Amino acid sequence: MSRKRKQTIAVLLVLVCLIAIIPLFALKGAEFGGSDDAGSQMITEIRGAEYEPWFTPVMEAAIGGELPGEIESLLFCLQTGIGVGVIAFFMGRLVERKKWQDKQL
Amino acid sequence: MSKKEKSIMKLATAFALTFGIVPSAYAMHIMEGYLPVGYCIAWGAVCVPFLIAGFFSIQKTLRKNRKAITVLAMSGAFVFVLSSLKIPSVTGSCSHMTGTGLGAILFGPSAVSILGIIVLIFQAVLLAHGGLTTLGANTFSMAIAGPFVSFGIYRLCKALKVNKMAGVFLAATLGDLFTYCVTSFQLALAYPSEIGGVGASAVKFLGVFAPTQLPLAVIEGILTTVIVMTLETYALPELKAIGFTREVK
Repeated sequence: MSRKRKQTIAVLLVLVCLIAIIPLFALKGAEFGGSDDAGSQMITEIRGAEYEPWFTPVMEAAIGGELPGEIESLLFCLQTGIGVGVIAFFMGRLVERKKWQDKQL
Repeated sequence: MSKKEKSIMKLATAFALTFGIVPSAYAMHIMEGYLPVGYCIAWGAVCVPFLIAGFFSIQKTLRKNRKAITVLAMSGAFVFVLSSLKIPSVTGSCSHMTGTGLGAILFGPSAVSILGIIVLIFQAVLLAHGGLTTLGANTFSMAIAGPFVSFGIYRLCKALKVNKMAGVFLAATLGDLFTYCVTSFQLALAYPSEIGGVGASAVKFLGVFAPTQLPLAVIEGILTTVIVMTLETYALPELKAIGFTREVK
């Protein structure tokens, strides 16, 4: 990878971190609830009445209640982990392959 | 497409038309149980032909070159990662990205519908995020509408000879935003406002989703660009094989 491209990528990644983190500091005391919840509030507002979902999520039905917050974050981490694992595994292979190919030339 | 594939496609399209159009006569992820039954079935039916087309498209890509499976797996994993990260936004609420732009640019929009639905099922079953009843609507917004916009914009940028990476960035960003526009529209269709109807309601839902999603869409654009840059360096043979990169190193 060219030096210039490496620098571009570094700058871009820093930018991503900034965009993601700045709201946390800029909006002190904000709740940062999910926008899905904001959506359900909007439904209540438009209908003028609380909406009763007609189907409960399978998982909530199975454990008889809402998924505990810690478990939810565990499952979200699992999802991230699977994704990162796959990307990292193949990326590692590709990087090594390129090294090996470059040596062959 | 072979003859058999074609006839299956025709059947699926007919199925979508029958079930998809009837209920519309009245007329992010949507939470479980929040869409009336008719809409759930209609959106689900609309997705079917896209999913089948996606299945054939993936099959074709892999039959042509087996090696592309690594890049395909990586695009799927990219959707997994990005849609699991809830990121704080300027409006004081959190949302997450879709990650579908990458796959759409590399493999075409219909292939992504398969990758997207896997993630949506995972989240609906395990995380109570989205839902099985709203799976059709969510698949349509995240795994079909968004990727199609991404793909279209990427192609447009290519035709206009815009810088390739700028094209990738724009495609991923706008695709992500469009996903949430579709979600707003889907909610508005099911919950038209008393004054102003579907339009007014759509504006209200957009007001909730769009400002939150805008910075996240930019992040998604940047991350997609970064991963395409990296892939171009390390996975050039694969990208050439799937027709993404043509020029010589």
